[in-house]
Amino acid sequence: MRRYFARKLLVYALTFVVAVTVNWMIPRFMPGDPVAAMVARARVSQPEAAEAMRTYYNNLFGFDEPLWQQYLHFWGALLQGDFGISIWVFPTPVGDVLLDALPYTLALMIPSVLLSWFVGNWIGALSARRKVLDNTVLPAGYLLTAMPYMWIAVILAWALGAKAGWFPLSGGYSLDIQPGWNADFVLDALHHWVLPFLSLFLVALGGWAIGMRNMIIYELESDYSSYLAALGAPQRLIRRYAFRNAVLPQVTGLALQLGVLVAGALVTEIVFAYPGLGSLILASIQNQDFFLLQGAFLFIVIGVLIANFLIDIVYVVVDPRTRTGMAGGTS
Amino acid sequence: MGTRTRVRITVALAVFGLAATACTGGGSSSGGSTGPAGKGGALPRNETLYTTGTQWGPPANYNPLRNWDHATGTKGLVYETLFHFDPNEGKLTPWLAESGSWTGDKTYDVKLRQGITWADGKPLTAKDVAYSYGLGKIEASAFHSLWSWLSDAKAVDATTVRFTFKEARYQEWDFTLYGQPIVPEHVWSSRTDEDILNGVNDKPVGTGAYKLKSKSQDRVVWERREDWWGTKALSMTPAPRYIVDVSNPSNEVVIGQLGQGQLDLSNNFLPGASSLIKSKKVVSYYDKAPYMLSANTAWLVPNTTKKPMNDAAFRRALAASVDTGKIVKGVYGDLVKPASPTGLLPQWEQFEDKALIAEKGFTHDVAAAKKELADAGYKDKNGDGLVENKDGSALSLKLAVPSGWTDWMEAAKVIAAGAKEAGIKVSTEFPDQNALNEQRGNGDFDLVINNERQLSSTPWTYYDYIFQMPVQKQQNTVNFGRYENPKAWELVQELGGVRTDDVAGMKTAISKIQDIQLTEMPIIPLWYNGLWSQSTSGTWKNWPSDAAGAPKTAPALWRNWLELGGFETLTQLKPAK
Repeated sequence: MRRYFARKLLVYALTFVVAVTVNWMIPRFMPGDPVAAMVARARVSQPEAAEAMRTYYNNLFGFDEPLWQQYLHFWGALLQGDFGISIWVFPTPVGDVLLDALPYTLALMIPSVLLSWFVGNWIGALSARRKVLDNTVLPAGYLLTAMPYMWIAVILAWALGAKAGWFPLSGGYSLDIQPGWNADFVLDALHHWVLPFLSLFLVALGGWAIGMRNMIIYELESDYSSYLAALGAPQRLIRRYAFRNAVLPQVTGLALQLGVLVAGALVTEIVFAYPGLGSLILASIQNQDFFLLQGAFLFIVIGVLIANFLIDIVYVVVDPRTRTGMAGGTS
Repeated sequence: MGTRTRVRITVALAVFGLAATACTGGGSSSGGSTGPAGKGGALPRNETLYTTGTQWGPPANYNPLRNWDHATGTKGLVYETLFHFDPNEGKLTPWLAESGSWTGDKTYDVKLRQGITWADGKPLTAKDVAYSYGLGKIEASAFHSLWSWLSDAKAVDATTVRFTFKEARYQEWDFTLYGQPIVPEHVWSSRTDEDILNGVNDKPVGTGAYKLKSKSQDRVVWERREDWWGTKALSMTPAPRYIVDVSNPSNEVVIGQLGQGQLDLSNNFLPGASSLIKSKKVVSYYDKAPYMLSANTAWLVPNTTKKPMNDAAFRRALAASVDTGKIVKGVYGDLVKPASPTGLLPQWEQFEDKALIAEKGFTHDVAAAKKELADAGYKDKNGDGLVENKDGSALSLKLAVPSGWTDWMEAAKVIAAGAKEAGIKVSTEFPDQNALNEQRGNGDFDLVINNERQLSSTPWTYYDYIFQMPVQKQQNTVNFGRYENPKAWELVQELGGVRTDDVAGMKTAISKIQDIQLTEMPIIPLWYNGLWSQSTSGTWKNWPSDAAGAPKTAPALWRNWLELGGFETLTQLKPAK
C-alpha cells in the first residue's frame, strides 16, 4: 500500500514540476512585452518619465533579472503561495483574482464531470440490453460526443436562451444582484449556471454512454458470461458481473478525460461570459498578464492532479487486482 | 503499472495541450461577464443607472492618478478636477475652482470655491491642490513631464493656489486644468511614493458626488453622496442614486441587454447600431447619420522612415487613393463621418483654414493620385498595373490593424483596394494587438491606423500627436510615423505658447501648421470615430440629443469624458416613470 502510493506521489510530483516549468515558460515566450504595453497604456510621452516607469515596473515584476533567477524566484514565491501581482488588474494579487473566479469554475466542472459520468454509464448500460433504447441512444450519443463544446454552447444559448427565453445568455449572476450567501443570489446564480453546465454535461454524456454500451456488450459476449449462462445463472447476476468489469476502463477514461473537460470548460465559459478561470485565461492572454496566466494554469494543473489522485484511490477500491498487486508487491 | 504511469503523463500532456489551445484560440471572442437581470435585486431599478463600455476587466483600482486603468468613475464621480471643459462652448467651466487666471506671464492663480468638503468631512483647501499637482514630481509618475515646464505650485492662502512656470505652455496648461484630479493631502501624505502611484486606494475619499458602494469581479457600484457640495454651489444633482458600471461583455450580450432595458447606457462600439437606433430600440445623439458625436480622428499612419513613405508626394497620392466615403457607408453604416483633410474634429471647425484647404486639401480622386505618382517618378516598369519604387525595386506595403477589430479590418481592406486602383500595392495584415503596439512603438511597420488622441480643449493636442520631436527609440503615444520636421515642431511649440483666449492668435499659428500638414501629409486623416453611446429610455430619459430642448452634453462615461460633459449628462437625466 505504502509503496503504491509513494510511487504515485513521486510521479505526481514530477508531473507537477514539469507542468509548472512549462507553465512558467509559455507566457515568457509569447510575443510582446507586457511592461511596454503598460507604459503605452499610461500614455506617457516624455522619454524620461516613460523610462522611469519602465524601470520601475521591470523591477517590480522582476523582468530585469536573468531568466534563471526569475525562474528560481518564481518557485520561491510559489511555495509561499505568492503568485505575483496581476498586470491586467494591477495591482491586485493574482491569488485574489483567481480565488474570485475559482468557485464558478468548480461549480461548473465538478457536477458536469461527475454527473455526466454516472448518467452516461447508466444510460449506456441500459441501452446495451434494450434494442429500442440502443437504436436511439447510440446515434444520439455519437452526435453529442462529436459536437465541439463551443458549438453546443452556442446552440443551447440560442435555443433555450435567446429563443425560448428560459435562461440568461451570459454572466454568472444578474446585473442588479450583489454576490452573497442569500437565497436571491444563489437562485440567480443557479439560473445562470444551467446553460453552461448543460453544454459541458451533454457533450461528455454521449461519450460515456457509447463507451459503456460497447463495454457491456463485449462483456456479455465474453466466455465467462456464456459460461455463467450455461451454468444457469440468472441474467441479473451475469449483468452485474459484466457491469463491474465494464466500469473499470470507464474509470481510467475519466482520468484521461479530465484534461479535455477542463479545456471544454474554458471554451464554454468564454461563450457564456461566465466569470470563471476560462474567461480569466482569455483576458490574461489578451493583456499579456504573465502572472495571471501562470496562476490560472497552475490551478488547473493542481486540480487535474488532485482529481487523478482521487481516481487512483477509487481504483484501489473498485479493482481487486490493484489490491492484489499491492499485497504481492509486484505488478 | 507502466500503463497507468502513461495515463498520468498523458493527462499532463493534455493540460499542456489545453494551454496551447487556449493560447491559439484565445483571440477570437471577447471575455467579460454580465447577465440579464433576475428578480429580487438589492438595488432599486428606478434609482439605478446601469452602464457599460468603459471597463474591460475587473475594476482594478480606485487610484485617480492611474487614469488609464482605474475603475470607471474614480476620476469624475469621486475625485474631481479644478475645471471642466465644455466642448460646445469651447471653454473651461469652473468646477472645484471658482476662477482661475494668468496674473503674470508665468504665474497662474486658482481661487477655490468656499465650502467644499471631502467625503470624510474635512474641508478642501489650496494645500490639497498644491499637493496633488506636486505628486507629479515623483519620477515614475505619469504626469511627471508637467514639471519640466511648471516650477512651483504653492498655496497662498486657504483658497488660493499659485502656479509658477518655467515656460508658460498655455494650451497644455488648460488641458491639465480639467485633467488633473485633486486628492486629499490629509489622507495621502502619509503614503509612500509607491503607494501613491500604484496603490489600489480601495477606500477612496474624494470631493465628488459619489462614493464607492461595492465592487465585484465584473462591476463597480457607486452611491450618491447626499452632502455633495455641487448640489448647492452648482445647483445640480446627478439623478441616479446608484451607478453600476459593468465591465464589457460581448457585443451580442450588450445588444440583448439594451433590448430588454437592463442597460441604460452603452458606450461600446456596436456594429449595426444604426439599425437599433432606426427601430427606436435605443436612442443616440442624432436620430440619423452620423448618429453619434465625434470623439476622435482615425488616421492612416505611414512609417516615414521607410521608402517610399518618406516621400511627401507618395503620401499625398496615397491619401487621394483612400475611398473614405466607402468606409463610412460600407463599413460603418454611416455611424461615422469622413474626416476633414486637416483631421481636426468638427468641434474645432473654427480653426480650419478654409482657403488653404480649398487650395491644398485632398479628396478621394484616383486620377489625381495616379498623376501625383507619375509626376513624382513612380512608374509601372513591369506592366502589372502597379507602380514600382523610383529605383525600380518592387513596391509592396503592409497595412496592419489589430486582429479582432472587425470595423478596422474591413476599413483596411477598403484602403488596400483603393490604393491598388491608384497603382499602389498595399496588403492587409491583422496581428495581435499587443504585438502590433510593440511594432508600432519600435517603428517596425509600413502603415497602421491609429486614433489615440481624443477631443480636448485645444487642437494643440492633435499637432503634438502629429509632429512631436525628437523621435525616440520607442514612440509610445505620439508621432508613430517618426516624421521629423523641425520647422513644423517649432510652429507647434509656438502654438503651445499662445494664450487660449487669443483665438485669432491660435488661428494664425494653426494655419501655418496646416500649410505644412497638407503639403507634407505626415499622417492621413480618415474618419471621425464616434462617441459611441446607445441608451435606453425605459428607466432614465432626457438623454443628450440634437433635438430642441434636450441636453447637449457628451453622453459618455469614458475615461476623461466625465469632465468633458459626461458628468453634466448625469445631472440632466430624469426618471422615466
